[in-house]
Amino acid sequence: MTSDITTGMAILAPEITLAVYAMAALIFAVYTGKDRLTPMLTWLTAAVLAGLALWIGMRAPAAREAFNGAFIDDGFSRFARITILLAAASVLLIGQDYLARWRMMRFEYPILLALSVVGMMMMVSAGDLIALYMGLELQSLSLYVLAAMNRDSVKSNEAGLKYFVLGALSSGLLLYGASLAYGFAGSTRFDVLIATVEYGRVPIGLLFGLVFILTGLAFKISAVPFHMWTPDVYEGAPTPVTAFFASAPKMAAMALIARVLFDAFGNAVGDWTQILALLAVLSMLLGAIAAIGQKNIKRLMAYSSIAHMGFALMGLAAGGAGGVQAMLIYMVIYVTMNIGTFAFILSMKRDGRPVTEIAALNQYSRHAPLKALAVLILMFSLAGIPPMLGFFGKFYVLKAAVDAGLVWVAVIGVIASVIGAFYYLRIVYYMYFGAEAEALDTSMPFVQWLFLMAAAAAMLFGVVNLFGIEGLAEAAAAALVR
Amino acid sequence: MENLLSIVTFIPLLGAVILALFLRGDDRAARGNAKWVALITTLTTFIFSLFILTGFDPADTGFQFVEEKAWILGLTYKMGVDGISVLFVMLTTFLMPLVILSCWNVTDRVKEYMIAFLVLETLMIGVFTALDLVLFYLFFEAGLIPMFLIIGIWGGQNRIYAAFKFFLYTLLGSVLMLVAMIAMYMDAGTTDIPTLLNHQFSSAPVEVLGFTVMGGMQALLWLAFFASFAVKMPMWPVHTWLPDAHVQAPTGGSVVLAAILLKMGGYGFLRFSLPMFPVASDLFTPLIMWLSVIAIVYTSLVALVQEDMKKLIAYSSVAHMGYVTLGTFAANQQGVDGAIFQMLSHGFISGALFLCVGVIYDRMHTREIAAYGGLVNRMPAYALIFMFFTMANVGLPGTSGFIGEFLTLVGTFHANTWAAAVATSGVILSAAYALWLYRRVVFGELIREALRTISDLTPREKLIFAPLVAMTLLLGVYPGLVTDITGPSVEKLVADYHEAVGADGGAEPGTQAGAAAEH
Repeated sequence: MTSDITTGMAILAPEITLAVYAMAALIFAVYTGKDRLTPMLTWLTAAVLAGLALWIGMRAPAAREAFNGAFIDDGFSRFARITILLAAASVLLIGQDYLARWRMMRFEYPILLALSVVGMMMMVSAGDLIALYMGLELQSLSLYVLAAMNRDSVKSNEAGLKYFVLGALSSGLLLYGASLAYGFAGSTRFDVLIATVEYGRVPIGLLFGLVFILTGLAFKISAVPFHMWTPDVYEGAPTPVTAFFASAPKMAAMALIARVLFDAFGNAVGDWTQILALLAVLSMLLGAIAAIGQKNIKRLMAYSSIAHMGFALMGLAAGGAGGVQAMLIYMVIYVTMNIGTFAFILSMKRDGRPVTEIAALNQYSRHAPLKALAVLILMFSLAGIPPMLGFFGKFYVLKAAVDAGLVWVAVIGVIASVIGAFYYLRIVYYMYFGAEAEALDTSMPFVQWLFLMAAAAAMLFGVVNLFGIEGLAEAAAAALVR
Repeated sequence: MENLLSIVTFIPLLGAVILALFLRGDDRAARGNAKWVALITTLTTFIFSLFILTGFDPADTGFQFVEEKAWILGLTYKMGVDGISVLFVMLTTFLMPLVILSCWNVTDRVKEYMIAFLVLETLMIGVFTALDLVLFYLFFEAGLIPMFLIIGIWGGQNRIYAAFKFFLYTLLGSVLMLVAMIAMYMDAGTTDIPTLLNHQFSSAPVEVLGFTVMGGMQALLWLAFFASFAVKMPMWPVHTWLPDAHVQAPTGGSVVLAAILLKMGGYGFLRFSLPMFPVASDLFTPLIMWLSVIAIVYTSLVALVQEDMKKLIAYSSVAHMGYVTLGTFAANQQGVDGAIFQMLSHGFISGALFLCVGVIYDRMHTREIAAYGGLVNRMPAYALIFMFFTMANVGLPGTSGFIGEFLTLVGTFHANTWAAAVATSGVILSAAYALWLYRRVVFGELIREALRTISDLTPREKLIFAPLVAMTLLLGVYPGLVTDITGPSVEKLVADYHEAVGADGGAEPGTQAGAAAEH
């Protein structure tokens, strides 16, 4: 028994390290400098996150289980965790200047973010419904607080509250689904669940459980029709927090869905592909159409993320290793694009105030040609126009969907991507051919500039070999889908 | 040189990178430098492309200068040209220096303008040389980005509407093609175009949403490709983006659009639709024929009532591209040869006509026909050049326009006599609108005050027109220059096509059972 615990602890070492770090930092900050320490804590946390990513990347590749299968350390979870850690570290760095400039430098920010990352790392490695729920709640509770971090702003408070109420509801649905699944399978462990389902014959209670679990998870990735919170929360939350919402948690929730569906319900593929296909179609269409009327770039990015989640779901709906690989590649590209775009959005300001109106970008290309070009590349990439990397993300999921016979989903997806192209083009339109207007402040902190340029360059040069992500994602997908 | 095609394709991109990295400032000297760098780059590209032409063996109907490297996702970076594509590469490299020259008077964001054109050139050449489906799609689609910017930044009054319409219209067509390409990849297991040319896609009828689709998978794929190429071409009734885009684009943009970008549609039909989906092509031939005939007659009539010069020429482009689709789907030697010829010839002629409009637009800043008249009194050289290209547009024997129209009509006559008969009336209509345009702009008394000081062609402008006049005349009197190169490849294409169509009609049950079992 003791050896069981020690080996388990060894396997969970990165998660434990991060949790201990977060708590130690919290105590340290509370008893000493408080908010004055925030810049140092931000850098430190980013370094810890990046270091953990490196650590996980270097560990032995064999698949391992800890705590009676509650925690699975395999290729899939490693891929997802590294992406999450790097995304979180990047978001910390690009958001730092914004928080300092607009006086939101609270020491809780990096700590809460680190705690939510612990939750995400648990989620993507969960091998048991309870572990899944604990990870999910740790992540969600941290995020609720982060959304309401700007205490003086009504909108931020509204965002936090809205997110919390709806999030609690979805957690309830998920728990209900989990209890149904437990009731019909007699265990919360995924390997027992999957054994309960004989291929093609699913007990009706388990099916209900599956639907409720999916509903709860669809809320987390803001898939239509569970997306209502997204635009308000994105708009109301402080922009660095929005940037975080749009990156790491999406990857975590998507990986979690893949984990649950393949590990626990892998024998009922036919039952959930239809649900996912419908969610995907609705998300792609709504994300594309509803974003057209947006004037606020954060709301626009909210709808854009809904549409992108639809595409990633299309990959999962294909229901095989190819689909999981496509989803992973799509998510990595999506997260990179979003970090670059938010690095830019965070730098938008005029007359000492942050700006989020799209119209403020008028003629930006004249004042800052290089940055405008980088944003142009990111926008075309988000729209999925070749040769940008965004196109290859779409190509992978479309291929997976066509391969699985979901041609109708693919056709609706590409039509939605044309509709969606309109609003990405609109940003380009304001920057390059808009009317003369009062210019935005073109100064930009070096860190944001670096991330913006790096993301844009990655989108452009990734066409050569996708930086080898293809092979890594393939290995990760193979670990999940056996 | 082993990588000749890649070199030719990417020299312009290299020029663009040099411009982007090393050119600073926006004074007179910097603008001049930008233009010179762009001109030298395009000329170098042209010179290198001549090696392709001289090294090309017309008798070989396979792909030549083939390069192949592994790429992501089992795709390949594969380039190559055959008799059908090589001349389009030449057309592009030949016209681009002239386009750059025609932009010599631009003063707004010159560096970016030149970069856009250079990037566009790389992408256009890439379309004609790519031998991998996805690589082709990549070049095909990426070309939208620079063109969107060219129309949107340097265009006319209503440029934003035109740029969006251009982009979204063509994108919608292309994405359906993307899905079809993926389906082809799934079916054939490769995206290699030479392999796909020999792959037989199932033509057994399939059920889609309760409807039985004749021609089966081939028909569905054909329709998806058709959606893309018909928009690009453009064919009636999806041509409406073209007049807007043409009118709003700057002169250089119009020339590239008319002379090269439109040819991608025709090239696509020849490269994909006809050889890869022969049964479906055969099935849809009447549709294409009549759409083309409507395009020829209807858009010619529309051209008659235009008050904007560029719009008139844009509509005449639609009509002339109608001959291309007619010839292509006539699917015989004359028709397909004629279609290629017509595309090349239209590249020179329509490019030149847009340049002609550009010349007087630069001076008067209006494209309205009513604002001109009597130009012959002040601009004799211009009147001559404009006359020449008007006649070429009408299809006067001795110019390349005649050969293209004649060959396609002969080919069509064999395939569909009635379509040919109606299409021929387009020749008369084209004479009507083109000559009337010429009369209103050039002849008559010079009564407008503003025109009294208008100056004739500058040496730079003459330099631009000289090669175009030469090519139009040369191809007009010696069409063998083109048909000798395209002939063998076209012959093989046509033979394969009829064999495939015949096989489908004859030994149907056996092949279809086999195909059905595959799926």
